Formats: sequence, C-alpha cells, structure tokens
Amino acid sequence: MTELTNLGVKAIRDGVAGGDFTAREVAEAFNAAVAEAAELNAFIVTTPDHALAAADATDAKRAKGEDLGTMGGVPIGMKDLFATRGVQTTAASHILEGFTPEYESTVSQNLWDAGAGMLGKLNLDQFAMGSSNETSYFGNVASPWKKQGTNAAMSPGGSSGGSSSAVAARIAPAATGTDTGGSIRQPAAFTGICGIKPTYGRCSRWGVVAFASSLDQAGPMARSVEDCAIMLEAMAGFDPKDATSLKMEVPAWEAGLSADLKGKTIGIPKEYRMDGTDEEILKSWEQGKEWLRDAGAEIVDISLPHTKYALPAYYIVAPAEASSNLARYDGVRYGLRDLPDGAGLQDMYAATRAAGFGDEVKRRILIGTYVLSAGFYDAYYTQAQKIRTLVAQDYEQAWGECDAILAPTTPTASFPLGSLDKDPLTMYLNDVYAVPASLAGLPAMSVPAMLNGEGLPLGLQIVGKPFDEQGVLNAGLAIQQRAGFEAQPEKWW
Amino acid sequence: MSVTREEVAKIASLARIKMGDAELDTMVPELNNILEWVEQLGEVDCSGVEPMTAVIPNSLRLRDDVVDAIPETGGGRREDVLANAPAAEHGFFGVPKVIE
Repeated sequence: MTELTNLGVKAIRDGVAGGDFTAREVAEAFNAAVAEAAELNAFIVTTPDHALAAADATDAKRAKGEDLGTMGGVPIGMKDLFATRGVQTTAASHILEGFTPEYESTVSQNLWDAGAGMLGKLNLDQFAMGSSNETSYFGNVASPWKKQGTNAAMSPGGSSGGSSSAVAARIAPAATGTDTGGSIRQPAAFTGICGIKPTYGRCSRWGVVAFASSLDQAGPMARSVEDCAIMLEAMAGFDPKDATSLKMEVPAWEAGLSADLKGKTIGIPKEYRMDGTDEEILKSWEQGKEWLRDAGAEIVDISLPHTKYALPAYYIVAPAEASSNLARYDGVRYGLRDLPDGAGLQDMYAATRAAGFGDEVKRRILIGTYVLSAGFYDAYYTQAQKIRTLVAQDYEQAWGECDAILAPTTPTASFPLGSLDKDPLTMYLNDVYAVPASLAGLPAMSVPAMLNGEGLPLGLQIVGKPFDEQGVLNAGLAIQQRAGFEAQPEKWW
Repeated sequence: MSVTREEVAKIASLARIKMGDAELDTMVPELNNILEWVEQLGEVDCSGVEPMTAVIPNSLRLRDDVVDAIPETGGGRREDVLANAPAAEHGFFGVPKVIE
C-alpha cells in the first residue's frame, strides 16, 4: 500500500470514499508521524483522539452509505490561532497559555462539518506577528528543509510556520493558516507548498484570535492547488457572527479548476523588480511567465506605482489595529494574571501584559499606541490609511489591463533560524511582495516553482481580482502542472 | 520624528505594559529605526485621497431584533464566560480592590 502520509487531501478523501483504506488507518498513520516529529516543534499540542474520533465517524458513515463530506476522513493541522472547544488555544503566547475556549471558531467548525479531523494545534509566531517563527513562546519551529551541505535549522517562514513545516514534512496532509500581511504565502514559499489567502471576508474571523482585523484572513495550506481548492471551499462561507463576512455563495472552486488560460491576461508589475532581490528569485519569475504563456495566457507589463509604500503603511496600520485588539489581555477575563503583592488594578494590568507578551508583540503594541496617540494620529495613521487607498487604486487600475498578477512571493529563500532576529526591520522586509495584496484585501496564492542552487524551495505568487479565487487557483494550477515540483525534504527528525 | 526614552516610557504606560530600564534601552533605538523607515510615507502626495475605511465593499447588516438571535454571542452564558477567568468569584470576575 502507498505510504498514507504521502497522500494529500484529495487522495485521502477519494481513497477513503472508495474503500482503498479506512479513515482510521489514515488518522493512525498521521498521528504516528506527528509523534515522531517532535524535533520540528510544529505542534504546540497534539490531539490524536480528535483525529481518531473524526475518522471513526467517517468510517461509520461510509458503512451506512452516507455522504462523507468534502473533507471526509482527512486529518489536518489547526493553526493555534483558531479557537477550538476544549483544546488549549494560545496564539503561541504566554498570556493565553492554558486558555481553553468554550466555543469553536467558525472556520474550524466548517472543517469538522466537512468531515475533517484535527491532529493538533500548530505553532506560529506569537499573535501571528513574525515572518520566521521565532517569536513563539513555545519555541522556534524548524523547517524540514536544510540548505545543501549545512545542518543549520532553517526558518519555515511565519507566521503560519507550524502549518508550513508540518505540511512540508508530511506529518499533516494540510493545515489552516492565517494571513495578515503574508503569513500564509511566505511560509508556503519557504517550504515548497501551496497556500491561498482568499478575498477579505470569505472566511469568517469569528473565533480567530485577532491581530489586525481589517487584514486578517484565514486560508488553507497544502501540497497541491487542488487540495487548497477543496479545503478553502470547506472553510469559506457567510457567517452572521462576523460583521465583515461576505454574504456570497461559496463558488465550487474544486469543480471549476482549469489550467487552460487561453484568453487570460497576466500582469507583471515592474515595481516588483527591486534592488537587492535575489537573482534566482528573478529567474523563477521569468520561468513563471514562460509557464503561464505556455498555458495560453498573454503576459503584459503593468505598473503598481505605490508598491514601495505598501510595507511601511502596513507597519502603521497593522500595529495600530493590534494595539487596540490586544488591549483585551488584561488578566481579568482569561489567560495569565500577574498580581504583584499589594498591587492595584492598573499595576496588575501592566505586570500581566509585561509577563505575558513577547518582545515583538510589545514592540508592535508600542508602535500602534504611538501612531494612534493624540498629536501623531494624522501624521501616521491617517496618512497610512490614505496610502492604503492608493495601493488599492493601483490594483483597480491594473484590472483594466490584466486578469491576474504574477510576482515572486518572497525576496529570498528561507534563512537559518537566528540569522535575522536581531533586526526587526530586516525581518519585516520579507513580506515586501506579500503585503500589497493584503492591504487591498485581494485573493493571493503562493505555489512552489523550483529549488534554488542551495536546494531550498522558491515560490511564485498570483494575485487576483476581488472574489476571483478561481482565477488565482487556475493560474496556480497552470504553474503547478508545468513546474512539476516533486522535491521533498530529506527526513532528519 | 523620533521618540525619546521618556516618550517610550509614556507610551508603554498608556499601553499598560510595565517596562524596566533595560527593556526601554533596547526598545528606544528599535522604535526609532522603524519610525524613521515609515517616515517615507510623508513623500506621497495624498491631497484629495480618502483614508481607507473598508477594504472590500460590504454593507453593515442588522441582525434580527430578537433576544439571543445568535445563541453563541447572546446572553445566559455566565459559566462559559467565566470558565477561563483567573479569579472568578460569586459569578463575577474578581479584581484587586479598586476603591480605597
């Protein structure tokens, strides 16, 4: 029998439905793979019983001839930013250590309703703030990949680094991620997997620990475009509990997949050719154009003039929203309380937040507090929100000339853990290609293109029009079929 | 624009995060690096540009005007609400004495 842990979402679902193997066999295989991979530190908690219970439910339905659901029998990893009833939910922070929700996030509930089970809660950058998975209170996550000829632990990207590491290492067939400014796409690119952030509002934010509410979107991470389409379809949908949820039908993305791009125009933004971009990244971009042309698309040059201002604008908008969202962690309602002897309420707040938040989270709360404070609000926050309008207008203009945009996902391949963590600003630049689409709320996906000269994966990014996840997935599929990316990290864990 | 050590201490106090001398010493240059970098936004002529308020056009909905229209976010869930409180007492959140 094929090694079950090598299978993706579609192969598992179809195999279970066809009786090639049982859902229980699949869950047991992945539970064992997860238990063996502690060195990756991809999971904060494992939930083998959840995976087994969901598998048994699927097997029982099959015995009765009932519908198994679009994710029937597929065990997945859940980023520890989604509230899961009865299972610790920490956002990789000390301040939420031990927090056990009494409710289930809409996205995770949608996945369970579709027949999926949970292998465990995946590690991430603390409160999803980071691009390398080095800010978690529960330790760094290691990528399964190594730079050729070296043994240094490499970054799986961030913030969804537990998700990317687990899927690339084949200890989970797929995982949830969240993307505020690249947190699905950048880790997907670093680990040679696929990940899509849908249009803002497609996936409910209810029960997702909030970072920057006007940017946060959930999405799937998996090893193929097809698997992403299946899982996104299960995750998305209108939710009355989220005021920004889109009241739209979820399209049949899986059924609509087509790699034939005849009649489609793909834009190449000239501003993405930045100084200092890795030569191999530029080479992969050129290759991507060839692949899309081969799939029938016309390639045109476009301009997104405000690209260079997107990242600094993001680093005002996101921290501003974070400083407000994270005000809820006060030592009163849930999570950590630090009450020094004789302390009053205000001292308790300050002590609790000092003990409970990591350095990067504190840094962003301070920036956010500063840019929202009296006297600085207009100069920083209002200006950044105006730039955000200009970035979105750049895209609206571009849609007059093209149907989707092709760009690199990241300016470099993965880097060794510990090599960039001394300088916050250098770390922020990792998301320079990912952030503009986030500011405009657009669907965007990363698909693996090739390995670089050092044996590390490089990703290509496709950005689409609002609500056109299908166009993004289809261009991704065209690249996937031509890239033929089959490389796997060698098992060292 | 740059921030002084006193200003960072003030911001930390507004954000209710206790910070010692050593932490302030590292935070001041880091914040100044970031603030210096975002200064470039000032180059952009934004006259006549509206600040973005909603990224995808969407209208605000009204929920049904009935009690507990959405049970998960409705009332009658005191035990659930208090289940994770560090100090729940007599059906309320417990806090240190506020009034002298």
